[in-house]
Amino acid sequence: MSSSNGGGTSAPGWGLRESATFDRATIAEIQRAAREGIYDIRGGGAKRKVPHFDDLLLLGASISRYPLEGYRERCATDVVLGTRFASKPVKLEIPITIAGMSFGALSAQAKEALGRGATAMGTSTTTGDGGMTPEERESSKILVYQLLPSRYGMNPDDLRRADAIEIVIGQGAKPGGGGMLLGQKISDRVAEMRNLPQGIDQRSACRHPDWTGPDDLEIKIEELREITDGEKPIFVKVGASRPYYDIALAVKSGADVIVLDGMQGGTAATQDVFIEHVGIPTLAAIPQAVEALQELGMHRKVQLVVSGGIRSGADVAKALALGADAVSIGTGALIAIGDNAPALDEEYRALGSAAGFYDDWHEGRDPAGILTQDPELASRLDPELGGRRLANYLRTMVLETQTLARACGKSHVHNLEPEDLVALTIEAAAMARVPLAGTSWIPGRNGL
Amino acid sequence: MSAIESLHDTDLAQTSVRELNQALHAASAGRWQVANPGGRHAIAAGLTAPLEVEIDGHAGYYCAGMNQLATVRVHGNAGVGVAENMMSGRVEVDGDASQSAGATAHGGLLVVHGNASARCGISMKGVDIVVRGSVGHLSAFMAQTGRLVVCGDAGDSLGDSLYEARLYVRGSVASLGADCVEKDLREEHVTEIAALLTAAGIDDVDPATFRRYGSARRLYTFDVDDAGSFA
Repeated sequence: MSSSNGGGTSAPGWGLRESATFDRATIAEIQRAAREGIYDIRGGGAKRKVPHFDDLLLLGASISRYPLEGYRERCATDVVLGTRFASKPVKLEIPITIAGMSFGALSAQAKEALGRGATAMGTSTTTGDGGMTPEERESSKILVYQLLPSRYGMNPDDLRRADAIEIVIGQGAKPGGGGMLLGQKISDRVAEMRNLPQGIDQRSACRHPDWTGPDDLEIKIEELREITDGEKPIFVKVGASRPYYDIALAVKSGADVIVLDGMQGGTAATQDVFIEHVGIPTLAAIPQAVEALQELGMHRKVQLVVSGGIRSGADVAKALALGADAVSIGTGALIAIGDNAPALDEEYRALGSAAGFYDDWHEGRDPAGILTQDPELASRLDPELGGRRLANYLRTMVLETQTLARACGKSHVHNLEPEDLVALTIEAAAMARVPLAGTSWIPGRNGL
Repeated sequence: MSAIESLHDTDLAQTSVRELNQALHAASAGRWQVANPGGRHAIAAGLTAPLEVEIDGHAGYYCAGMNQLATVRVHGNAGVGVAENMMSGRVEVDGDASQSAGATAHGGLLVVHGNASARCGISMKGVDIVVRGSVGHLSAFMAQTGRLVVCGDAGDSLGDSLYEARLYVRGSVASLGADCVEKDLREEHVTEIAALLTAAGIDDVDPATFRRYGSARRLYTFDVDDAGSFA
């Protein structure tokens, strides 16, 4: 609709004003709900804008701090996970790991590509709901095996084959929620690995079947250590909601490593309302977790791995500066191996989406061959090429992280600290507990 | 290895569970008699060989957890998650078992001669479970495959969100969970129950006196019209 303005004719569309409350996406969702009568299910993490690492800046060295030479002086990136109790901690060359993603949600080719890329860079990848595939074990030098509530595919041989065990309590996209793998992604192989009939919707439970609460978790961890003769580091993964308490309880339960996933962290499939409205941003979660670890005297002894919206070396550097020992990427890794590629735009549009927007990961029709079990689609993904691209992406992030760390005068990326950060917004300053840029004001500190 | 050499006595008042499990993990055969378990956790967890382990007393959580091939008998009660995620072998509890007995187990046989508490056989994936007494609420919750035989009664919400596991209960069922229904007990099922009772060493229960429960399979494909079924 065009409108007249004071006698003159306005430019086309200039008289249209989109409602901030009922914007086009909201209108479309109301219309969809009215049509279908069921909530929207999708993949990925929160799309809403939340305070994030972009709202932080690093303070480079000058007179009061001494920088390191960009291409000459050493800036180490290695990290050891599981130093608290495990007899065989996991040694990574870079502080960026690949997050848990299931065979089932992902094609075998995608899992292999992740393994190849991670291995090339000396870091770990992680299984997911549905168990460990031989291709994944073969392609991943360091593989973390998840123990999830569903226990799909869980077996003690794989437990012993793993390099670490991750007890999944929750994930950032849906803290408190289980999962659903829809029937169209249940191939014969997926069904067999999960001990369920082919083609039916598979529900992943939201609670573990044999323990409840931190006292039980402690005993569960003890059992896993017994089964693996104390070799494997035990990770505990939580979705960020009440990290101060959850991290303290995980430490009390005997975790070697905490994995903390903020609300921007992705999922293969869950309700959009869950993804957008449950949990807290990664930025807000890290300081709470670090505070809990410091109060217990366990910071750097129980390692903290942070995930949820990590995209670049800048995000890595800022997460480490806030106190994380490493980060984990999921969505970024999928993009690196080919998800949402512009070359596939036409095919995405045929599915009612577009390159850059595709999130119907649960439907199993991913033209990139990543989030599918369709053999023809999956065969489009070359695991070697995908692996190389992931390695390139990881390498870039590491170089970026080192660049920023050297600029702050750090000879190891772990030497980055909150003192190196300022915030651009009051919200980010309050959440990250660093000063608003140009001030010494940390909202909420000292009663201010 | 001779029979005498393969008999091991372990007193958990003197030896740690870690030391016992380490010895059990290193062995390829043999028989262990474990005294003074004192409710300790993870006793005989993670066994991988056809060992025989007799536990003289009460065991804590996760006794014989993830068992493969071994035969473990608890001459007492067992805590939470006895034989959880068992793959194969046999685990027997003379007394009662606490919650989540046989949880997520993929194979083997779990026999509880007393009662089993809530969530017995939760998310079971192929195991056979025989309970001489009764089972608590939400038993066989989300049970995928395998067979659960209950000679006594079952608590509320039996077989809630059940997949393909087969449930046989001789006594009363307080209530059935979502998508769990009673089905006809045919001759083939009586034969199946008889075989399971025999395997469990129970010979004084008539296999024809059980009732069969299974999935109505209405919730296999999520439909918004079924949302109320989960309430």
